[in-house]
Amino acid sequence: MSARREVVFWVAQRATAVVLAVCVLVHLVTMIYAVRNGLSAAEILGRTRGSVAWGTFYSVFVIAAAIHGAIGLRTVAAEWLRWRGESAELATTIVGFALTIAGLRAVAAVIGAPV
Amino acid sequence: MKRGRGHISWWAFLVHRVSGIALALFLPAHFWVLGNALQGEAALEAQIRWTEQPLVIAGEWVLVILLAAHFAGGLRLLVLELLPWRHWQKTLATLAAAFALIAGLAFALAR
Repeated sequence: MSARREVVFWVAQRATAVVLAVCVLVHLVTMIYAVRNGLSAAEILGRTRGSVAWGTFYSVFVIAAAIHGAIGLRTVAAEWLRWRGESAELATTIVGFALTIAGLRAVAAVIGAPV
Repeated sequence: MKRGRGHISWWAFLVHRVSGIALALFLPAHFWVLGNALQGEAALEAQIRWTEQPLVIAGEWVLVILLAAHFAGGLRLLVLELLPWRHWQKTLATLAAAFALIAGLAFALAR
Protein backbone atom coordinates (compact mmCIF):
# COMPACT_ATOMS: atom_id res chain seq x y z
CA MET A 1 0.00 0.00 0.00
CA SER A 2 1.39 3.39 -0.96
CA ALA A 3 1.59 6.28 1.48
CA ARG A 4 0.06 8.58 -1.12
CA ARG A 5 -2.98 6.28 -1.49
CA GLU A 6 -3.43 6.20 2.29
CA VAL A 7 -3.41 10.01 2.41
CA VAL A 8 -5.99 10.19 -0.40
CA PHE A 9 -8.25 7.72 1.44
CA TRP A 10 -7.80 9.57 4.75
CA VAL A 11 -8.75 12.91 3.19
CA ALA A 12 -11.66 11.34 1.25
CA GLN A 13 -12.98 9.72 4.44
CA ARG A 14 -12.95 13.05 6.32
CA ALA A 15 -14.30 15.08 3.39
CA THR A 16 -17.20 12.66 2.86
CA ALA A 17 -17.79 12.67 6.64
CA VAL A 18 -18.35 16.43 6.54
CA VAL A 19 -20.79 16.10 3.61
CA LEU A 20 -22.54 13.18 5.36
CA ALA A 21 -22.86 15.13 8.61
CA VAL A 22 -25.15 17.59 6.82
CA CYS A 23 -26.95 14.87 4.82
CA VAL A 24 -27.57 12.62 7.85
CA LEU A 25 -28.93 15.50 9.91
CA VAL A 26 -31.40 16.39 7.12
CA HIS A 27 -32.23 12.67 6.69
CA LEU A 28 -32.88 12.13 10.41
CA VAL A 29 -35.13 15.18 10.67
CA THR A 30 -36.99 14.23 7.46
CA MET A 31 -37.42 10.64 8.68
CA ILE A 32 -38.76 11.59 12.08
CA TYR A 33 -41.11 14.11 10.43
CA ALA A 34 -42.21 11.65 7.73
CA VAL A 35 -43.16 8.80 10.09
CA ARG A 36 -45.33 10.99 12.36
CA ASN A 37 -48.57 9.87 10.71
CA GLY A 38 -47.30 6.49 9.55
CA LEU A 39 -44.99 5.82 6.64
CA SER A 40 -46.48 5.39 3.16
CA ALA A 41 -45.29 5.27 -0.44
CA ALA A 42 -47.63 8.18 -1.22
CA GLU A 43 -45.96 10.33 1.44
CA ILE A 44 -42.42 9.49 0.25
CA LEU A 45 -43.15 9.86 -3.47
CA GLY A 46 -45.31 12.94 -2.90
CA ARG A 47 -42.23 14.63 -1.52
CA THR A 48 -39.62 13.27 -3.95
CA ARG A 49 -41.34 12.64 -7.30
CA GLY A 50 -40.04 15.10 -9.91
CA SER A 51 -38.07 17.08 -7.30
CA VAL A 52 -34.71 18.28 -8.62
CA ALA A 53 -33.75 19.48 -5.13
CA TRP A 54 -34.38 16.10 -3.42
CA GLY A 55 -32.82 14.29 -6.41
CA THR A 56 -29.65 16.35 -6.09
CA PHE A 57 -29.57 15.98 -2.31
CA TYR A 58 -30.02 12.19 -2.34
CA SER A 59 -27.50 11.76 -5.20
CA VAL A 60 -24.83 13.64 -3.22
CA PHE A 61 -25.84 11.63 -0.12
CA VAL A 62 -25.52 8.30 -1.95
CA ILE A 63 -22.14 9.08 -3.52
CA ALA A 64 -20.69 10.37 -0.23
CA ALA A 65 -22.07 7.35 1.68
CA ALA A 66 -20.72 4.90 -0.92
CA ILE A 67 -17.20 6.39 -0.75
CA HIS A 68 -17.30 6.70 3.05
CA GLY A 69 -18.70 3.19 3.53
CA ALA A 70 -16.22 1.53 1.18
CA ILE A 71 -13.21 3.24 2.78
CA GLY A 72 -14.57 2.45 6.26
CA LEU A 73 -15.00 -1.24 5.41
CA ARG A 74 -11.46 -1.25 3.97
CA THR A 75 -10.16 0.00 7.33
CA VAL A 76 -12.18 -2.61 9.24
CA ALA A 77 -10.92 -5.37 6.89
CA ALA A 78 -7.32 -4.27 7.45
CA GLU A 79 -7.52 -3.87 11.22
CA TRP A 80 -9.89 -6.65 12.26
CA LEU A 81 -9.45 -9.24 9.48
CA ARG A 82 -5.80 -8.43 8.53
CA TRP A 83 -7.07 -8.28 4.93
CA ARG A 84 -4.79 -5.88 3.05
CA GLY A 85 -3.17 -5.58 -0.37
CA GLU A 86 -4.50 -5.56 -3.90
CA SER A 87 -7.41 -7.95 -3.24
CA ALA A 88 -8.65 -5.68 -0.44
CA GLU A 89 -8.27 -2.62 -2.70
CA LEU A 90 -10.25 -4.37 -5.42
CA ALA A 91 -13.00 -5.38 -2.96
CA THR A 92 -13.17 -1.77 -1.68
CA THR A 93 -13.56 -0.48 -5.24
CA ILE A 94 -16.29 -3.02 -6.03
CA VAL A 95 -18.19 -2.20 -2.82
CA GLY A 96 -17.94 1.53 -3.57
CA PHE A 97 -19.22 1.17 -7.12
CA ALA A 98 -21.96 -1.31 -6.15
CA LEU A 99 -23.26 0.99 -3.40
CA THR A 100 -23.15 3.96 -5.79
CA ILE A 101 -25.07 2.14 -8.54
CA ALA A 102 -27.68 0.67 -6.15
CA GLY A 103 -28.07 4.02 -4.40
CA LEU A 104 -28.47 6.06 -7.60
CA ARG A 105 -30.99 3.48 -8.84
CA ALA A 106 -32.99 4.07 -5.64
CA VAL A 107 -32.76 7.84 -6.15
CA ALA A 108 -33.95 7.46 -9.76
CA ALA A 109 -36.82 5.31 -8.46
CA VAL A 110 -38.15 7.81 -5.91
CA ILE A 111 -37.63 10.83 -8.20
CA GLY A 112 -39.00 9.32 -11.40
CA ALA A 113 -41.45 6.75 -10.02
CA PRO A 114 -44.37 6.00 -12.34
CA VAL A 115 -47.81 6.74 -10.85
CA MET B 1 -1.64 4.29 20.89
CA LYS B 2 -3.24 1.43 22.83
CA ARG B 3 -6.42 2.39 24.61
CA GLY B 4 -7.61 0.73 27.80
CA ARG B 5 -10.82 -1.21 27.20
CA GLY B 6 -12.55 0.46 30.12
CA HIS B 7 -11.78 3.90 28.75
CA ILE B 8 -14.68 5.93 27.37
CA SER B 9 -12.72 6.59 24.16
CA TRP B 10 -12.45 2.84 23.55
CA TRP B 11 -16.23 2.48 23.87
CA ALA B 12 -16.71 5.47 21.55
CA PHE B 13 -14.38 3.79 19.01
CA LEU B 14 -16.23 0.46 19.30
CA VAL B 15 -19.70 2.03 18.92
CA HIS B 16 -18.51 4.03 15.91
CA ARG B 17 -17.02 0.98 14.24
CA VAL B 18 -19.90 -1.43 14.92
CA SER B 19 -22.53 1.15 13.90
CA GLY B 20 -20.55 1.85 10.71
CA ILE B 21 -20.44 -1.85 9.78
CA ALA B 22 -24.16 -2.27 10.51
CA LEU B 23 -25.07 0.77 8.41
CA ALA B 24 -22.89 -0.41 5.50
CA LEU B 25 -24.64 -3.80 5.61
CA PHE B 26 -28.08 -2.16 5.80
CA LEU B 27 -27.55 0.20 2.83
CA PRO B 28 -28.03 -2.40 0.04
CA ALA B 29 -31.36 -3.49 1.57
CA HIS B 30 -32.45 0.14 1.97
CA PHE B 31 -31.59 0.91 -1.66
CA TRP B 32 -33.33 -2.25 -2.87
CA VAL B 33 -36.57 -1.39 -1.04
CA LEU B 34 -36.63 2.18 -2.41
CA GLY B 35 -35.74 0.87 -5.88
CA ASN B 36 -39.10 -0.90 -5.91
CA ALA B 37 -40.64 2.48 -6.73
CA LEU B 38 -39.41 1.88 -10.29
CA GLN B 39 -42.34 -0.57 -10.56
CA GLY B 40 -44.74 2.12 -9.35
CA GLU B 41 -46.18 3.43 -6.09
CA ALA B 42 -48.05 0.20 -5.33
CA ALA B 43 -44.83 -1.86 -5.37
CA LEU B 44 -43.17 0.50 -2.89
CA GLU B 45 -46.31 0.58 -0.75
CA ALA B 46 -46.28 -3.24 -0.56
CA GLN B 47 -42.71 -3.14 0.73
CA ILE B 48 -43.58 -0.46 3.30
CA ARG B 49 -46.60 -2.47 4.52
CA TRP B 50 -44.21 -5.42 5.03
CA THR B 51 -42.08 -3.25 7.33
CA GLU B 52 -44.99 -2.74 9.73
CA GLN B 53 -44.18 -5.96 11.60
CA PRO B 54 -43.06 -5.35 15.20
CA LEU B 55 -39.65 -6.96 14.68
CA VAL B 56 -38.94 -4.84 11.59
CA ILE B 57 -40.02 -1.67 13.42
CA ALA B 58 -37.68 -2.64 16.28
CA GLY B 59 -34.91 -3.12 13.70
CA GLU B 60 -35.64 0.33 12.21
CA TRP B 61 -35.45 1.83 15.69
CA VAL B 62 -32.04 0.23 16.27
CA LEU B 63 -30.85 1.46 12.86
CA VAL B 64 -31.93 5.04 13.61
CA ILE B 65 -30.00 4.90 16.89
CA LEU B 66 -26.96 3.46 15.09
CA LEU B 67 -27.20 6.19 12.43
CA ALA B 68 -27.47 8.90 15.08
CA ALA B 69 -24.60 7.33 17.06
CA HIS B 70 -22.37 7.08 13.97
CA PHE B 71 -23.24 10.68 13.06
CA ALA B 72 -22.48 12.01 16.54
CA GLY B 73 -19.38 9.83 16.95
CA GLY B 74 -18.14 10.99 13.54
CA LEU B 75 -18.54 14.63 14.55
CA ARG B 76 -16.59 13.85 17.70
CA LEU B 77 -13.76 12.31 15.62
CA LEU B 78 -13.68 15.29 13.24
CA VAL B 79 -13.45 17.66 16.18
CA LEU B 80 -10.70 15.61 17.86
CA GLU B 81 -8.67 15.30 14.64
CA LEU B 82 -9.13 18.74 13.20
CA LEU B 83 -9.60 20.99 16.24
CA PRO B 84 -7.45 21.36 19.39
CA TRP B 85 -10.20 20.29 21.82
CA ARG B 86 -8.82 17.00 23.20
CA HIS B 87 -9.68 17.70 26.80
CA TRP B 88 -13.35 17.83 25.73
CA GLN B 89 -13.30 14.15 24.80
CA LYS B 90 -15.52 12.91 27.59
CA THR B 91 -18.05 15.68 27.10
CA LEU B 92 -18.20 15.01 23.37
CA ALA B 93 -18.61 11.27 23.85
CA THR B 94 -21.42 11.89 26.33
CA LEU B 95 -23.12 14.32 23.97
CA ALA B 96 -22.80 11.76 21.15
CA ALA B 97 -24.49 9.08 23.25
CA ALA B 98 -27.21 11.49 24.35
CA PHE B 99 -27.90 12.57 20.77
CA ALA B 100 -28.19 8.95 19.62
CA LEU B 101 -30.63 8.16 22.41
CA ILE B 102 -32.75 11.26 21.79
CA ALA B 103 -32.94 10.62 18.03
CA GLY B 104 -33.89 6.98 18.64
CA LEU B 105 -36.57 7.88 21.16
CA ALA B 106 -37.98 10.61 18.90
CA PHE B 107 -38.23 8.07 16.06
CA ALA B 108 -39.81 5.47 18.32
CA LEU B 109 -42.41 7.94 19.58
CA ALA B 110 -43.19 9.20 16.07
CA ARG B 111 -43.47 5.69 14.54
